[in-house]
Amino acid sequence: MAERAALDDATVPEFARQYRFQWEPAQQAHVLLFPEGMIKLGGSAGEILKRVDGKASVGAIVEALRQAFPGADLRADVMQFLEEAHAKGWIRAKHLG
Amino acid sequence: MQKAGSVPSTSGSPLWLLAEVTYKCPLHCVFCYNPVDYTTYGEELSTEDWLRVLRQGRELGAAQLGFSGGEPLVRDDLEIMVAEARKLGYYSNLITSGVGLNEKRIAGFKEGGLDHIQLSFQDSTRELNDFLSSTRTFDLKRKVAKLIKQHDYPMVLNCVLHRHNIDHVEQILEMAEAMEAEYVELANTQYYGWAFVNREQLLPTREQVVRAEEATNRFRQRIGTKMRIFFVVPDYFEERPKACMNGWGAVFLTITADGLALPCHEARRLPGLNFPSVRDHDLGWIWRDSPGFNAYRGDAWMQEPCRSCPEKTKDFGGCRCQAFLLTGDATRADPVCSLSPDHPVVAAALQSARQPAAKPILFRDDANSRLLSKVPTGHG
Repeated sequence: MAERAALDDATVPEFARQYRFQWEPAQQAHVLLFPEGMIKLGGSAGEILKRVDGKASVGAIVEALRQAFPGADLRADVMQFLEEAHAKGWIRAKHLG
Repeated sequence: MQKAGSVPSTSGSPLWLLAEVTYKCPLHCVFCYNPVDYTTYGEELSTEDWLRVLRQGRELGAAQLGFSGGEPLVRDDLEIMVAEARKLGYYSNLITSGVGLNEKRIAGFKEGGLDHIQLSFQDSTRELNDFLSSTRTFDLKRKVAKLIKQHDYPMVLNCVLHRHNIDHVEQILEMAEAMEAEYVELANTQYYGWAFVNREQLLPTREQVVRAEEATNRFRQRIGTKMRIFFVVPDYFEERPKACMNGWGAVFLTITADGLALPCHEARRLPGLNFPSVRDHDLGWIWRDSPGFNAYRGDAWMQEPCRSCPEKTKDFGGCRCQAFLLTGDATRADPVCSLSPDHPVVAAALQSARQPAAKPILFRDDANSRLLSKVPTGHG
């Protein structure tokens, strides 16, 4: 999956099996937990990834962020971040049907 | 314990909680890092004790939880702890030899929410695996690896490396690939506990280490991101010490089977620190205020050459336990560092391992533990 240039509006992303995304009160940040490690996420990364639920498509995530942060043209940034997250193996395209 | 992708905390809370739930183990590995005098310890913590420790650790901010030992599967209440850990929001890891992991138990862990499993092998061959652990466990471990994948678990395959198996790195990696492990830890032996007792028989040569690293890098190039490989370097061959535990009392917290809270799993043998028990104290007080956890925080305790060294913020002077083990003084620089005045003791250890004396290798078992509890070990 990593080879296919990967995400378009219809893609439904989900977290790869070994990653867990959650809010950490002690860090006051969203984090990704995985075997032997933890990545502390910045504010915008947390806002994007908290909308990754295996149901919402990329298009729907962009739209939801647009509504939450009106006035910002964030499409390009969101797409770039999701592509990076995909390349790093954090998220994958859910097989539908 | 410093791993790719992990970030040190800035908030002063522990990130890692290692629960050494028992020191009982069906295996007798010659390189075990468990304390050699484990047979002298008091009663194991109860289920209730562990659940309290898990809650308090999570309140402090710990996010990664390892169930270790000994063999943690010896505890028949592990399922209860696993379920509580998931409820509390830990990312939990079962660190196991595989012995005792059957269909029923793994299904229980899955239901309780265990996140991943780290399975140890001693070698890629049955002969050496079974010799080094003094058990017939190789075939069983292979079955357990299958079981782990059947239950759709991410698997970390761990193999401790030393002179007798380090030349098999390529075969070990191929075995891991065939088992579809997501992560492989090639953990060169760290010389503590039983491994320290057997050091002369376990230390590889520098040439072996170089070849193993080359083989690992070749394999990495071929396999790409499908399998991540951690090659934990043997620090005796380094010029600088490891940033042990990312610093004393910085991110790491171990609870021993009998209830002591430690900044690392070796620290209980350091003299004069009187580590507190979770039976008597709250983890918050232990982490923030107990004298043991504050003993080597910061750099006020350092001697030269560490005190004025620009690298002290990077490696914290190395490992306190190794400094004690090799020099008898935990406040000295880790002798692994080439700037340490004690560095020659490491060179001497490497030299003597080239012509090891004809003494038997000591297996980790109760009889040897009782024997070693009477004889002080250490000081190189």
